[in-house]
Amino acid sequence: MAPETATVELAFSPLPAHVRTARLIATAVARRGGVEETLLDEVRLAVGEACSRAVEAHRKQCPEEPVRVELRDGGDRFVVVVTDRVPDDDPTRSGGTEPVDLTELNGDLNLGFAVIAGLADDVDIASTPSGVEITMSWPVKKD
Amino acid sequence: MDLKVNDYTTDDDLTVINVEGEIDVYTAPKLREKLIDLVNKGKYHLLVDMEKVEFLDSTGLGVLVGGLKRVRAHDGSLELVCTQERILKIFRITGLTKVFGIFDSVDDAREHRQKQK
Repeated sequence: MAPETATVELAFSPLPAHVRTARLIATAVARRGGVEETLLDEVRLAVGEACSRAVEAHRKQCPEEPVRVELRDGGDRFVVVVTDRVPDDDPTRSGGTEPVDLTELNGDLNLGFAVIAGLADDVDIASTPSGVEITMSWPVKKD
Repeated sequence: MDLKVNDYTTDDDLTVINVEGEIDVYTAPKLREKLIDLVNKGKYHLLVDMEKVEFLDSTGLGVLVGGLKRVRAHDGSLELVCTQERILKIFRITGLTKVFGIFDSVDDAREHRQKQK
């Protein structure tokens, strides 16, 4: 089991430029935590997708609030939790609170979740009163 | 790394767009603007060379799909050059390998285009 506390926590202003930073940090922590090299590309892409979604949601509804990323290692799995602060933002629902900019770029597609689901070894998407929490995890190689 | 986007048009009226760098939520608008600009200039047959793309996310995919919709409205085409497995995997996951023609090289794409004429 992964530890309950995050080994690395990241909070960043909801700017698209910072998504790249989050990707780089997540990949570095995953590598240090023992995720196989062959899986690091998947970690990088899936974390980027989750952060992109959160950034666009914040930019529309709460641009002053930071997006939060927790990176937990030290257990059997490397766990990433990306949390936004947009209440009732059901990420799988089309329309409604779908971020404007991402919708404009993606058209009618919801490719981000298709990518996350296709890449992360284990995914859980929870829509809570305080926001959406995307939890993803990958196995850690044992010495 | 910034996204570099350059284009040239071949003598068979194919516009090749060379893309270099990372295509993500930050840089994808630059590619989107390029595609829109080309369509507005009457360039309806586009080939996006992705051999120097280091990273592609769903925002980039969405921009390519948007470009495809735009050129198809003019009976045009948008195809890709890509041999990188890490990039091709994203197209497979999203089922977009069935939507885009994907070639190993610009020459292969041009040859295929000639055969279809």
